[in-house]
Amino acid sequence: MKAFLILEDGTVFAGRSIGAAREVVSEIVFNTSMTGYLEVLTDPSYAGQAVVMTYPLIGNYGICHEDMESGRPWLDAFIVRELSRLPSNFRSEDTIQNFLLQYDIPGIAGIDTRALTKILREKGTMNGCITTDEHYRLDEILPRLAAYTTGKVVERVSCREKYVLPGEGPRVALLDLGAKRNIARSLNARGCEVTVYPALTPAAEILAARPDGIMLSNGPGDPKECGPIIAEIKKLYDSETPIFAICLGHQLMALANGADTYKMKYGHRGGNHPVRDLETGRVYISSQNHGYVVDTEHLPPEVAVPAFENVNDGTNEGLSYTGKRIFTVQYHPEACPGPQDSGYLFDRFMKMMEVEK
Amino acid sequence: MPKNPQIKKVLVIGSGPIVIGQAAEFDYAGTQACRSLHEEGVEVVLLNSNPATIMTDKDIADHVYIEPLTVEVVEQLIEKEQPDSVLPTLGGQAGLNLAMELEERGFLKSHNVRLIGTTSETIKKAEDRLEFKSTMEKIGEPVAPSQVVESVEEGVAFTQSIGYPVVLRPAYTLGGSGGGIAHNYEELVEILENGLRLSRVGQVLVERCIAGWKEIEYEVMRDSAGNVITVCNMENIDPVGVHTGDSIVVAPSQTLGDKEYQMLRTSALNIISELKITGGCNVQFALHPSSFEYCVIEVNPRVSRSSALASKATGYPIAKVAAKIALGYTLDEIKNAITGKTYASFEPMLDYCVVKMPRLPFDKFISASRSLTTQMKATGEVMSICDNFEGALMKAIRSLEQHVDSLLSYDFSGLDGDELMKQLALVDDRRIWVIAEALRRGVSYDVIYDITRIDRWFIDKLAILVEMEEALRTRELTAELLREAKRIEFPDSLIARLSGRTEAEIRQMRRDNGITAAYKMVDTCAAEFAAATPYYYSVFGSENEAEPDFAKKKVLVLGSGPIRIGQGIEFDFCSVHCTWAFAREGYETIIINNNPETVSTDFDIADRLYFEPLTPEDVENVVRLEKPDGAVVQFGGQTAIKLTEALMKMGVPILGTSAENVDAAEDRELFDRILEQCSIPRPAGDTVYTAEEAKAVANRLGYPVLVRPSYVLGGQGMQIAINDEDVDSYIGIINRIAQEHPILVDKYLVGKEIEVDAVCDGEDVLIPGIMEHIERAGIHSGDSISVYPAQSISPKIKRVIENYTRKLARSLHVVGLINIQFIVSNDEVYVIEVNPRSSRTVPYISKVTGIPIVPLATKVILGAKIRELGYEPGLQPEADYFAIKMPVFSFEKIRGADISLGPEMKSTGECLGIAATFDEALYKAFLGAGINLPRHKNMIMTVRDSDKIEATEIAKRFEALGYNIFATKGTARALMEADIQVRMTRKIEQESPNILDLILGHEIDLVIDTPSQGVGHAQDGFLIRRNAIETGVNVLTSLDTARALITSLENNSVHALTLVNIAEVATRGEGG
Repeated sequence: MKAFLILEDGTVFAGRSIGAAREVVSEIVFNTSMTGYLEVLTDPSYAGQAVVMTYPLIGNYGICHEDMESGRPWLDAFIVRELSRLPSNFRSEDTIQNFLLQYDIPGIAGIDTRALTKILREKGTMNGCITTDEHYRLDEILPRLAAYTTGKVVERVSCREKYVLPGEGPRVALLDLGAKRNIARSLNARGCEVTVYPALTPAAEILAARPDGIMLSNGPGDPKECGPIIAEIKKLYDSETPIFAICLGHQLMALANGADTYKMKYGHRGGNHPVRDLETGRVYISSQNHGYVVDTEHLPPEVAVPAFENVNDGTNEGLSYTGKRIFTVQYHPEACPGPQDSGYLFDRFMKMMEVEK
Repeated sequence: MPKNPQIKKVLVIGSGPIVIGQAAEFDYAGTQACRSLHEEGVEVVLLNSNPATIMTDKDIADHVYIEPLTVEVVEQLIEKEQPDSVLPTLGGQAGLNLAMELEERGFLKSHNVRLIGTTSETIKKAEDRLEFKSTMEKIGEPVAPSQVVESVEEGVAFTQSIGYPVVLRPAYTLGGSGGGIAHNYEELVEILENGLRLSRVGQVLVERCIAGWKEIEYEVMRDSAGNVITVCNMENIDPVGVHTGDSIVVAPSQTLGDKEYQMLRTSALNIISELKITGGCNVQFALHPSSFEYCVIEVNPRVSRSSALASKATGYPIAKVAAKIALGYTLDEIKNAITGKTYASFEPMLDYCVVKMPRLPFDKFISASRSLTTQMKATGEVMSICDNFEGALMKAIRSLEQHVDSLLSYDFSGLDGDELMKQLALVDDRRIWVIAEALRRGVSYDVIYDITRIDRWFIDKLAILVEMEEALRTRELTAELLREAKRIEFPDSLIARLSGRTEAEIRQMRRDNGITAAYKMVDTCAAEFAAATPYYYSVFGSENEAEPDFAKKKVLVLGSGPIRIGQGIEFDFCSVHCTWAFAREGYETIIINNNPETVSTDFDIADRLYFEPLTPEDVENVVRLEKPDGAVVQFGGQTAIKLTEALMKMGVPILGTSAENVDAAEDRELFDRILEQCSIPRPAGDTVYTAEEAKAVANRLGYPVLVRPSYVLGGQGMQIAINDEDVDSYIGIINRIAQEHPILVDKYLVGKEIEVDAVCDGEDVLIPGIMEHIERAGIHSGDSISVYPAQSISPKIKRVIENYTRKLARSLHVVGLINIQFIVSNDEVYVIEVNPRSSRTVPYISKVTGIPIVPLATKVILGAKIRELGYEPGLQPEADYFAIKMPVFSFEKIRGADISLGPEMKSTGECLGIAATFDEALYKAFLGAGINLPRHKNMIMTVRDSDKIEATEIAKRFEALGYNIFATKGTARALMEADIQVRMTRKIEQESPNILDLILGHEIDLVIDTPSQGVGHAQDGFLIRRNAIETGVNVLTSLDTARALITSLENNSVHALTLVNIAEVATRGEGG
């Protein structure tokens, strides 16, 4: 079946429908990872967005359910150059075609993804629509595209109920803002008992459980849409509990402490971004997925100082909170997909909790 | 960390002659690194014995030495030039081994020279099998169970403990020389003996065979601050068991999930961190196809063939970055030259698929086994880029220039089911074609996988290509079908063939339906950032992003494709210099080429680079977009020359010698007419099409005759025939290779072979020098030792040659370069071949005479006159130095290849000896080619009857040098008659101990064996020569070579060489 991708600026790409045939409007973003499409599909941070894979051959190794980063795909739609007709991997359980259908995710294949990426790069992230209606009307669709926002997506992707992943070591409270599974897995692997809390859990409830450390997860959307959560995070900040935050968690902690965030032209999404540790000068290749970034300009050094920066564009990649056992990063030490080079940050968090004990 | 201020003068060691396993990639890496060092204001001293390289140009380094790569030479050079540092990681294994030897001797320390790039401890940890294994164990990286053995007995004992099959890898060798897989005791002993001898340290690693696992490589970089990145990973389509240099390789990996990808990436980074590599490094893994189990196969702590491939596949200049790291910079301080926005610490992301295919030399070595093993056999490779795998594979296939354009090109349809299954089990260069045939017959993926262990994903891709063949054959050719066929890169000619239409019809149909090639950019970042470097590949069905610029005049330079025997790196040298010369004249330059190993495909050589096959259709697509003002074909070897006619049809003016005149030189009848007009004699001969005609001509001329196809390079298919049977068998061989052109039969003249390169501006002719071959005519010029200036011809003959050259160049209206080969027989000069293009001798003659031949020719092509350029036409005065070009062979790599020399070229590379005296130049040339004598002072002679008189003279001279001479009966008798002390040895078919045992006894320096002429007459000689080569014994098959060798040995010692700085050879004229 034919499908069309229509961008806010009126550009139309014609391709083939994949997955669900329903029409969808979303924010179009591109990801440059060459592997890890299933992790991308199931990363809750993509809620409210449609993802273009810049690597043209997708689906080569099929679907292996244990690699899912959450219980289901969260993105609105999937855009690829070519889907492999035969997946081949010893763990493959299904094809990506079936997977998209199973979860009712629409998509489009057979379009010039590089041309699309260049448009997003030049004009910035924009909204778009995928439709299988050959008689689509631009005058009808374009106003809808302009009106689209991702909205309050965190509540949608967060867990409904608190649950515990047992462990013998330190007890960590993980605030699920749309957490990728590998965050909890990374803590579990280091022996932690992880209690996962829904995003809207009051700080008092978390603190009452007297955790050894608090982990703020990644998540989707505009951080400024998370007003009530920010207020609770401020309370977590005020406690003396060690805190480690990733991505959206990092942004919310910054907002809670008077910093600002802004939307980047087209964000960082991929597995190849170099970040510099400002203390040691070392550079690490990181997994990234963010469209917003913390503006550190008005962040007083007595509150927090930049700890990491992006080598390419100099944007903030992490903060160290002054006088606090709190550090936060914009990128993804939990990898999946992407490089595992920053896994040591979990070890740093472990040390921090040891000191606490 | 900024640059280390103590590094001011660096010695860069190159990789020497091109051999299998060490090809043009090191010229590419070395050139890039030297330019990078230069940018940083570092003085560069360069040592490389290979004169055909760009790195040995004085524009690339400050001091250039084309000298043998031996420890003694490096020591003398360090004493003379006093560099403060040595950068050894850019010259491949040869450079690394030299540096290690210097370090071990304590020479570097005592001369206050430091190794930069990577320390000797690191090199040792990576290269020494024992240290490597214990290092891997220390950091918990798995390696296959293995043991380093130093004797056959030890190897046998260990193998018994782990079981067959085992893989054997000698330590410190190139391209896996001497390695292999042993399935039983006999094989084990054979390979072990050979490997122990070839290893520099007498060690061979015996390890558990992991053949059939996926072979995955990572190219990684590390700086002195410990920052690490991956440039690229690659997946070998051929599983473990085939050397990666002989495998079809795809980048990035296709069948690995993120879990496997990151697992191996992390492992590679752990390994370079532990080894403390500073620079580039290649890590090879074997990954179990149905689990997460993996083994580290090996680590190359230097730039390599794979790193060149990774650089071209991603746009990330590994050698350039490695050189900057060696100076002390960290990855985050080095700008990415492609984007200008990112840094070298940014990992490249691909939004396309790259396929590399090896160029194997089995068309040259018809008798050799085609099987592929852990020992590399390819002489070169091609790379292609597309947005889908099928298309990339199709493009790679047609880039090979081996008369293949699709999966139909090798026909296995004649095999029955069993035979096909057997063929499928053979691991050779035609395996994908066999798989295609199996797929056509409906053999299941599982069966094919079980036999080949090639991942089903790749098998499915081959199936898609096979299905398209079928669709084109049976379905109506709709625009939709055509669009899909083009998307997966079926060439028009193939679509026409399959659909029963003409190529012109297909082209028209494409135009009518807007199915045209679009060009996409290689930008290192999957379009995330705007890139400043126009490096393109074609795709169908996408938007074009190559915006041609019409501000300047544009020239299209056609490259020379894969390195193969007969067409080597020298044509890349010429293409690059021509490109630079055009740029200096204000032209915008466009290169089309497909060889990832070369300098010409570096991102900053031409203004615009198109990484594409060199077929008429692919070139036309670029032409239609770029609309160049002209094309140059005379610098890209036969690959480019063959495109002349096609370019004319596209309406592209050929700059320089016109197409008609190129044709006149190659068309026998036209050429004969010109010779007649000029009254220049040539050996009598005729043009024929069939064996019958050939025999008639041969009998009229009288045997021996030379038989060859027209339009060939490197004497492909050329042979000397001594009787009718020979003619029959040759024509058979020639016809096996597709033959569109007639066959030439010439009288074979015995005489001196002379070669001339000249520049002609249409009227005046500049001859930089006359070269003379040491071997008599009949041995291909590329395989002959070539001497400049010519020694044994009289001034009168030189004048005749000058005169003939001028006449021929004028009559052929040559504008640019011409290469002519003559035979001087009985004081008469005959022309045997004229090539209106550059030749393999151009680089070396340029360097020794200081005449920049390629830039001069380029200016002439643009209309300048030789006189205006500051040159007096005619033969130039002789240079102050003798320069001797020595061919270098890779026979030990190709099992079963006959090493005897003849009209078909067999050498893979060359080195140069340059000195103030003839003898020293000759000595250096032999030394550069690895002939470092005397050692044991034992030699074997076995010569054909007609050579016996000459052989005694040579034997006497070797005897005077203290050599013990062994000979078989006939030769021994002849030598004894001349009062030479000779020890008779039994022939090969006689009982032991015979001549073979002598050779295998490892005490023989040299075998002189002159084979009888004709096809397959001398199986004995063949066996002797093969065994000698595989035992590492020098073999000479021409008495002329033997005479040259003894002359050089009589007068020199290794330690008293005078080193010549090529950069100080004055540039003549203002042409530079």
